[in-house]
Amino acid sequence: MQPKMILALGFSGICVAGCATRPSDSEAEGAVAEMIKASFKTRGQAAIDRLKQDDAQALCSRHSGELPKGASEEIEKAQQATLRYPSSGKLMGDWREGERIAQSGGGKQFTDDPARPAGGSCYNCHQISKQELSFGTIGPSLYQFGKLRGASEAIQKYTYGKIYNSEASTACSNMPRFGYNGVLTEEQITHLVALLLDPESPVNK
Amino acid sequence: MRIHRVLAGVVTAMLPCFAPAQQDTLKEIERYRQLLQESNPAELYEARGEDLWKTRRGPKNASLERCDLGLGPGVVKGAYVRLPRYFADTDRVQDAESRLVTCMVTLQGFTIEEAKRNPFSGTGAPMITTDPFSGVGQRSVMTDLVAWIASESRGMTIAPPMSHPKERLAYQAGERLFYYRAGPYDFGCVTCHGDEGKRIRLQSLPKMDNAKDAQRAFGTWPGYRVSEGELRSMQWRMWECIRQMRFPELEFASDASIALITYLAKKAEGGTFVAPAIKR
Repeated sequence: MQPKMILALGFSGICVAGCATRPSDSEAEGAVAEMIKASFKTRGQAAIDRLKQDDAQALCSRHSGELPKGASEEIEKAQQATLRYPSSGKLMGDWREGERIAQSGGGKQFTDDPARPAGGSCYNCHQISKQELSFGTIGPSLYQFGKLRGASEAIQKYTYGKIYNSEASTACSNMPRFGYNGVLTEEQITHLVALLLDPESPVNK
Repeated sequence: MRIHRVLAGVVTAMLPCFAPAQQDTLKEIERYRQLLQESNPAELYEARGEDLWKTRRGPKNASLERCDLGLGPGVVKGAYVRLPRYFADTDRVQDAESRLVTCMVTLQGFTIEEAKRNPFSGTGAPMITTDPFSGVGQRSVMTDLVAWIASESRGMTIAPPMSHPKERLAYQAGERLFYYRAGPYDFGCVTCHGDEGKRIRLQSLPKMDNAKDAQRAFGTWPGYRVSEGELRSMQWRMWECIRQMRFPELEFASDASIALITYLAKKAEGGTFVAPAIKR
């Protein structure tokens, strides 16, 4: 009996120190939920419901990159089920169009014209062709992407799927799920596939 | 100021010439920033802000000289580096801008809407001309005031208080918001500010969980942005990041904006405040 009491006291002692410096999780979560409701407003195409998270967004936010065991696989499995390929079966478009889409960083902001197609913002985060020197580094370099992998149907499918829904292969990827989220059209994605895989594309020169 | 904008254009146009060695480009930009630092146009905003602080305005025809920024009525020196903080009269954690809104309402008699109107100055940058709060060539009283208030903390140590439960709650909420991913791009603040040494295009990104990066980021806002020819505040920085994240509009001086700023201020604790600085 006595050792247990000492243990209990020990724990409550820890709690006094710990609880005094940190609000409870539920308190902080409640505050965030209130802020999400009250601190943002719909503007242009960016409606307030954009702040509602789907399962993947909620899981990735809660664990900030370090997912509990098994969660990555769970997210990836669920995201794989969302993959849709063009009904035409054609996965490779025009790499020149792809380059234009990769350069364009606009789309979906409340200051963007919703009638205009969104860009892919690809160079914001990736090195792609050797000619473009102003590229970001959040994502890996894609220079010579096709040269290293070829352009087989399996690789085309992989590449299309990666752009359509990056989380089908990498849970909580930093890359937007461009197809699944309706940012890029099927056709736009095929142009990006061509930019990465077409042997004539500057990416593979 | 127009010269600065022209210069910015020249530097941007020159980027490809430097680019074979990207490090050289970044070094050139850094050197250019240092040159500009010696005659930072932010001084013009600071001077206007000091005048505005002392000018009788609003329905009550009063100045802001009795405004309490946290260190007592009228104390401006060192106030900015001790914000955001809890204020008993409003029972809220407030940053510099939201506190100015309070003072404009209580001391000068403006409505909250009037005090919040035109939070950011604008000279015709596309993203700003569409903003209902500002227009082409429109000065922002809020921006001028916050430039001066920030300048009165220049050289001091960033030291946001964390003794009140609501300050700790704001920090915790800000941290959660920082990791909150949503919208059509699945972005959160963490997407761009979660790793070390990353860039968007050629722009280096601070990792906010890294004290050195956070200190440099927090310690240089407000900043005069050469690319826009405008001085921009920390509230604007939050608003603009949120816009680029494809979120709905972040309300000026809202609790979410203050929570995010509280989180950043705490991450930057101990750093030297050098703002209003000069930015790309």
